[in-house]
This record gives sequence, structure tokens and C-alpha cells, in this order.
Amino acid sequence: MSMQLQGGNVGAAGATAGKRRMSLGSPFLYVTFFSSTVVLLFIVMPLFQMVSQPSLASLGETIRDPEVLSSIWLSVYTAVIAALIAFTVGTPLAYLLARHDFFGKKLIESIIDLPIMIPHPVVGIAILSLLGRGHPLGQMMAKIGLRVMGSVTGIIVVLTFVGLPFYLNAAKAGFESVPQRLENVSRSLGAGRAATFFRVTFPLSWRHMLGGVIMCAARAVSEFGAVVIVAYHPMIAPVLMYERFTAYGLKYSQPVGVWLILVCLTLFMLLRLVSLPSKVER
Amino acid sequence: MIELDDLTVKLPGFAVQNVSLRVAPGEFFALLGPTGSGKTVILESIAGLVHVTGGRIRLAARDITRYPPERRRIGIVYQDYALFPHLTVMENICYGLRYFDLDMQQARQRIDHLVDMLGLQAIVHRRPLHLSGGEKQRACLARALSINPSVLLLDEPLSALDPNFREDIRRVLKQLHGELGITFMMVTHDFSEALYLADRVGVIRNGRMEQVGSTEDVFLRPANPFVAEFVGMKNLFAAEVSDRKVAFGGLNCPMLGPVSCDQGILALRPEDIVLQHEDSFGGEYVRFSGVIEQIVPAGLWHEISVRCRDACFKTVMDRKTLMAQRYNEGDAVFLGFRTESVRVF
Repeated sequence: MSMQLQGGNVGAAGATAGKRRMSLGSPFLYVTFFSSTVVLLFIVMPLFQMVSQPSLASLGETIRDPEVLSSIWLSVYTAVIAALIAFTVGTPLAYLLARHDFFGKKLIESIIDLPIMIPHPVVGIAILSLLGRGHPLGQMMAKIGLRVMGSVTGIIVVLTFVGLPFYLNAAKAGFESVPQRLENVSRSLGAGRAATFFRVTFPLSWRHMLGGVIMCAARAVSEFGAVVIVAYHPMIAPVLMYERFTAYGLKYSQPVGVWLILVCLTLFMLLRLVSLPSKVER
Repeated sequence: MIELDDLTVKLPGFAVQNVSLRVAPGEFFALLGPTGSGKTVILESIAGLVHVTGGRIRLAARDITRYPPERRRIGIVYQDYALFPHLTVMENICYGLRYFDLDMQQARQRIDHLVDMLGLQAIVHRRPLHLSGGEKQRACLARALSINPSVLLLDEPLSALDPNFREDIRRVLKQLHGELGITFMMVTHDFSEALYLADRVGVIRNGRMEQVGSTEDVFLRPANPFVAEFVGMKNLFAAEVSDRKVAFGGLNCPMLGPVSCDQGILALRPEDIVLQHEDSFGGEYVRFSGVIEQIVPAGLWHEISVRCRDACFKTVMDRKTLMAQRYNEGDAVFLGFRTESVRVF
């Protein structure tokens, strides 16, 4: 086809158009298309299977079960609290890392990512060994009435630990996306460091920060391995699912999973909606 | 007004070293230098935005070296505008008022005047994103001037603009400086901008000040080959000097008086060179015969390279003259220049 085109008095444009049409049939595109499909199916199919299998009746029955309700509620609010803690204590560090170069910065950045790498049960054991009864710090906390083992406090500590990197990295990226020159100009116009942060940096990066809070909460909701070691009771939803799975089998754990997914999706979608840029700003 | 004493700023892999400078009140000073020479660092240290390692910065005889930027009341305008994208033009302009003005009435009047003077009425309620470069730079100027600064710092204010806006903003800068009477300090790598705007210039290279002087002085009497090249003396030749004669590239150039030289370099401005088909130069001209090697159109001008023995001269000619006198590549021509226009280093 392209040979014919070139044979006639069609110029360079005709020849390139012919080449582009030829490239539609290249193996590269087939491979790309094929692997994309495989990846998407791999993610969607198990989830779809789980969501579609329980009957409506069993779903209704499950949500009326007070044990399920309280575990989902516990899961959601401990994750939210963990995300808020990450937001409060993490923001200054994220800003520091985004704005300043100093000796040992790479090391600090690696330390921040540690909770992502460490196997989850190890996290649980590490936290228990520091804050449990065997350690002076744990004994001190016990004296002022803060118990970590088997308590909501313990769950929140664990969830904050595993969620923090996600918030820190998102907020840092957000701050980095604000040109330093904007802050410079703000300072030259009389605004101090704090005023500059609240009038320039924050308005331009809060979407990243909210995204980080969502990521952190999402990570926290999904934590199982560390929580099950620190606090089997009170039961968060993943632990309850695990218990029902081991005690009664697949069929009884599925509905709990479906409800947890539904509740989380709704929450995250609401937050995403809030963070959509308005028309005025576009 | 602005005094720098031995200003030293050490950055990773780069340093501004022992820069001393005085800028008089109401002066338009231009800091010139190639990219990476440290001129923006000097500007930002005056604004208090980089950590000064050594030396002093004084503003109106007050030592401000360790002042935070928000207490200096120095306006700054960046090349890339740096308008706050989440605020309207008016909100941008009024950003700093609350920190300096107790009398809002007065501040309003000043802002209205600035908006008027810079022709911003039509866009004050828009956000910066879709403004043209010229509009953005006008908004930046209004914002920097809103706090009634004693000094306005300009970091390559014309570089990011399209040529047609560039001329416009250049005129605006000149007009603002004339009307407000405040000190302007501009950083640029373009000598022609400085020539048009500045009263005095400082040329900087690798973090060191090479020459400071009136614009004309630096233009006509550069202190060294680097400055000479920077201000447009494109003809630089390695030369040997003997009493009243300079020898370069197989040519001899007689000088008016005895010359001293320590680097052995002869410099000549392209526009000081005149071409002729026949040798009809007056007695005050030094003339050489040569061949036109190349004619390259460069904007409004044509750049002509003429080879005389081992020396290749660059000169410029406007289109009209070039056409009228029919110069072509390969032509044998006579090239002449006045002895006064030669600089020897």
C-alpha cells in the first residue's frame, strides 16, 4: 500500500501517512494492549467475584449483625484518626523535606519509607516490644493509663505507623509543586514564614495534602497483619473477616468484606469530590 | 541607597565572592552577566532570600544583612512573573498591603494609581493563568510597587516576554522609574536592555564583579576582554604591542600614542568597522584589504565576516546599504576603522 503511494507523485506527507498506518499492525501495540487487559482483569476480577457472590439477603443479615457494624465503624474511625494524626504531625516534616536541603536528608527520606517495606507482623511485634509491658516506655504509658496491647489506642498507633509514609510523600510532593519563588515574593511583600505558608503554600497544595490523607486512611483501613498482633480485640473489620473465614469459611467472610469495601469507597469518593478543582480555578 | 560590602554567598558548587557595590538613591542600576554568573544570587541576597555567608548589605545606611525579607520592604519582580495563581490580579496586587499600611485609604489611592498607570483596569478581576506575558509582568510590577518599596529588584524582567511585549515593558520600566523616583536594580544578560534602561551597570562573571561604571563608560571603555566581549566587542584578537604599534593576525595597527598592555588582546566593535569597495578612507582611518567570507542575516542587520590575512573581522551592515553597495561573499574589499575605537588589554 505504502509502496504504491510512494510510486505515484505523492510527496513526503503521503509516505509518512502510509508508514503510520502500517505501524497500527506492529507487535508492540498488540503486546501493550494484551498486557494492559491482563493487568486490569487481574485487579477487577477477584474484587468483582467477591462483591457479586453474596446474596442480598446475606448482605442484609450481615449489616444487622452488631459485631459487624461495630467492627466496620471501628475500622473507619481508627483509620480516620490515624490519618488526622499523620496530617498534624507529618505536615511540618513534609514541608521541611520539600523546602530544605541538609546533610542526612536522603537518610531521613529512607527512614520515612521504612514502614512500607517492613512486613506487617514485624511492625506489630516492633510496636509491642516498645510500647508493651516489657519496655520502660510501655510501663510509663501504662502508668498514665495508656494501654497499647488489645486497645483502640494500640490500633491507632499501628495504623498511624503504617499510614504515615503515604501522607508524608504526598504532602511533600504537594509542597514541591509550589514554586519557591511564590514564597519568596510573598516574603518580600511583608508576609512572614507562617503567613506565607497559610496564604500561598497551603492554598496551592491542600489538594495534595488531602490526597495524602486519603491515601493514608486507605492504607490504614486495609492493615491487618500488624493490628492482629497488637490488638486482636477490639476487632477491626479485617480481623473479624479473618476470624469468620477461619471459623466458618469463605461464605461468611465475604459479606463483611463487601460492606467494608462499600463504606470505604463512599468515603473516599466523597473526599475526592471535595478536592476536585472548581471551574473558577481552571 | 544600596551598599554591598564584600558580599560573599557560598552555595553548593558556586560562590559569589567579595562583591562590593554602591547604588545611589533613585538610580537605575543593571547587574550584567552571563547565565550562571551569580547575578540573581546577588539580587536575592539584597532581598534577603539567600543566606549571606559574609560581608554587609546596607539599605539607606541601615545594616539589613540579617533582616528577614519581610522586614526589608524591597520589591522583587521575577522573570517568570511568580504571580499567585489562586488569587485574582487585584488580590495579587493587594497581597502585601496589610503588613505595611495602617492607612487603608491611602493605600487604596496608591493601588488605584498603579493600576491606572500600568493599564490593568480591564484585568484586575481575572486570575493570572490566561493573561498574556505583558499583562502578567505589569501585574507583577504593580504588586511589587504596592508596598511602596524604596528599592525595586528586577530579575531579568524582559527575558520571558515575546519581542513585542518586551519593548512595551521596557518602556513601562523606564516610565515607572522616571515617575516614582525609587531605586531600580535590574539583573540581565542582555547589554542592549541595560543600554536602554540603566544609568550605571556592573558586569559580573563567576561570582566576581569585573567592572562597575556608568553604562556609557562600560560600553565604550570595557576594563577587560571579558567585559569587552560582553558589551558587544565581537572582534577580539591576540596581539603583540610595541611602542606605537599593535601587531595581530599578520596585520599592523598603528596607535595614536604609546599603549600599555598586559594581556595582549585587541578588541574592536563590529559597528566601528567600515567597508568600502575602493580605498577612499580618510587619513584618520586604519585600513586593511581583505575578502568577504560570509554574509549572515541577523535580524535587522547583516553580519559580515571579512578575512584580512590571518585576522577574521566581524562587522555589521543594514540591509539597505548592503543592497545599494552590492557586497557579496568572495568580494575583495577594504576595511577601515578609527584608531580611537580600538581597545587594547
